Amino acid sequence: MPIFRAAIRSWLEENCPPAMRTFMPENEQVAGGNRAHYVRPEQKIWLDRMAAKGWTAPTWPAKYGGGGLSGDEALVLEEEMQDLGCRIPLRGMGLSMLGPVLLEYGTEEQRQTHIPPIVRGDIRWCQGYSEPEAGSDLASLRTRAVLQGDHFLVNGHKIWTSNAHHSDWIFCLVRTDPAAKKHEGISFLLIDMDDPGVRPRPIRLISGASVFCETFIENVRVPAGNLVGPLNKGWTIAKRLLEHERKGIGGIAARNAAKFEIPLEAVAKHFAGEQDGKIADPILRDRVAAYSMDAHAFQLTRRRAAEEAESGAAPGPLSAMFKLQGTELNKRRYEMLLEAEGFQGLGWEGDAFTPDQLRFTREWLRSKANSIEGGTSEVQLNIIAKRVLGLPD
Amino acid sequence: MALILNEEAQMVRDTALDFFRERSPITAMRKLRDDNDPDGFSRDLWRQMAELGWTGFLVNEDDGGSAFGMTGLTQVMEAAGRTLAATPLLSTALLGASLLSIGGTKGQKADYLPRLLAGEHITALAVDEGSRHAPDQIGTTAERDGAGYRLNGQKTFVLDGHIADTLIVAARTGDAVMLFLVPGEAASRTRLSMVDSRNAALIRFDNVLVGPDAVLGGGAIALELALDRARVGLAAEMLGSAQEAFDRTIQYLKDRKQFGVAIGSFQAMKHRAAEMFCEVEITRSAVLAAASALDQGSNDAAALVALAKAKANATLYLCGNEGVQMHGGIGMTDEHEIGFFMKRSRVAEVSFGDTRFCRDRYAGIMGY
Repeated sequence: MPIFRAAIRSWLEENCPPAMRTFMPENEQVAGGNRAHYVRPEQKIWLDRMAAKGWTAPTWPAKYGGGGLSGDEALVLEEEMQDLGCRIPLRGMGLSMLGPVLLEYGTEEQRQTHIPPIVRGDIRWCQGYSEPEAGSDLASLRTRAVLQGDHFLVNGHKIWTSNAHHSDWIFCLVRTDPAAKKHEGISFLLIDMDDPGVRPRPIRLISGASVFCETFIENVRVPAGNLVGPLNKGWTIAKRLLEHERKGIGGIAARNAAKFEIPLEAVAKHFAGEQDGKIADPILRDRVAAYSMDAHAFQLTRRRAAEEAESGAAPGPLSAMFKLQGTELNKRRYEMLLEAEGFQGLGWEGDAFTPDQLRFTREWLRSKANSIEGGTSEVQLNIIAKRVLGLPD
Repeated sequence: MALILNEEAQMVRDTALDFFRERSPITAMRKLRDDNDPDGFSRDLWRQMAELGWTGFLVNEDDGGSAFGMTGLTQVMEAAGRTLAATPLLSTALLGASLLSIGGTKGQKADYLPRLLAGEHITALAVDEGSRHAPDQIGTTAERDGAGYRLNGQKTFVLDGHIADTLIVAARTGDAVMLFLVPGEAASRTRLSMVDSRNAALIRFDNVLVGPDAVLGGGAIALELALDRARVGLAAEMLGSAQEAFDRTIQYLKDRKQFGVAIGSFQAMKHRAAEMFCEVEITRSAVLAAASALDQGSNDAAALVALAKAKANATLYLCGNEGVQMHGGIGMTDEHEIGFFMKRSRVAEVSFGDTRFCRDRYAGIMGY
């Protein structure tokens, strides 16, 4: 492993452009796809170099373009990237959600078709799950897909389809048997958004950004071969994909470009002043410590779960709490940042505020979605109560 | 740092869980309380624990121990916490064994350790003096008197102080803090009757004369290391108590029926139960990390210790209080055992560092 680590490091040092070893602002995150817009040319160079190694998806099989690394090797890659401050070259729902599900449930043809473009960042995917009448009660979704010979005819209305207006394809939960019980009439379908019947419309959010959309699907013909898994058995795949999604969202606090992130205690010292090396306001200092200690203990719990997994023990109940705890902590972090900044944390735009201050304010608003998207905190608590504690319905 | 137990620690854990479940259930603690037992613990049971080797986990092999470390001892203390067992684990197996091992001369070790290891000699650390844990504010003085010292001052909330054969006393000699081995009967001792039946005493030193051989080496540095161990040991005990209160409460939510259904089917209960689960597991991670860091002498050990004690404070408080509330009226009765956990949470929290102490310490170590 030391040789592997040294090789990884020297490759990264040689191939990661200096501009890609800096703090990555939200608008410079690379998600790929036909509509990709690169603020700097190095973003594309870095993506292509990493994709050529398969390291955009380090643990996926090499025959589909992935890196073919073991879990331990992927961890070394991650550690070395963090240590050098390398940006994550590519992110998106293809990598974090759809890919793992296709590897598990897709046909060989579906894997061959869809996985390599995800690894290269050629195709960007979005998620067609929620509907206006199906939020936490996701299984009550009504988007209809009718099998007509070699294709499905799809009609429906999806919402919270993040970045749908920048995406090429959408993976959708659709109702294929309206007569069956609600969990048993759902299928998992891949839809090309090139079809004019698929119309995404951005929704302006409280943060001023429009990452979320609603997406209308009208009389769209989808080849029957785009069905993932058996007909009417999509709920199993849907839940599996949610596990991947929750893992991603729950890791948000850890992943936040830790090397470049401004620490909360530094912000607190800046605004409250410093006395004998301490945050001068003792109440703020106590609250910063309380938050930081909870975040620290949570990181230790993630690490414990990873050690348990490595030791080959059956997956324990710990992971059930990650989405809940990770998102609540991330929200708390932004609340603490704003609390420390006082007036300066309240700006919407303009020169009276620094770019970091404005960014924190917008991210504070964005963070409120963390405990809603991918299953609300309340839904996570229900899951723990039922699956882990065995409390009755 | 290891966050999962190796096979050896797992065996200690299983042995300890069985031991306390069988030989020292909560009814044993209740009987000691109701009988107004003068010792407040069972000497016979303590000798059995010594036979299992638990008194030697923090003692080197050369001195008759096993040097198994905090990772082993925290497993025993967690198991003791599950049944709220009254034992001198903290005062003697942890603090006494640590301080004698770290600072004892060859002669002192030979004199004290064999008896301590055999479960025949109880020690107690006399450190706190004010209304809360503050080891950097010691007013008890040790003045030179001939070849020896003259001790004056008052110590409060000395765990197992009422039955200690030897008191280890932190006293000030000018600017330095030194440790002294003082025979228990040389001081004036008042047993404290605590809300949770924890064994503790108020101890006065009025011109107590000790010889030069009473000086235990290591001073403030040894004290700090031993206190960090005590914080993690107590945090482990509190984790065990929290886990037990949590388990009992979950069972009650499944058994107790109102409105024709189990009360655990109500979402108002489910969500709070799930929150408790998270806190217990997060606390477990912090305790494992701190014990492992102390054994390895890691740089981040002190921060992890403060973290573990703070989390244990909050989590036992949560599980104790939610336990009583979720049990309803029966939880308010002395006959039911759930109330014992809530009482224990308050007393354990103030011992060796309440939450504000831990936060202040953590922030200081982290540079803010």
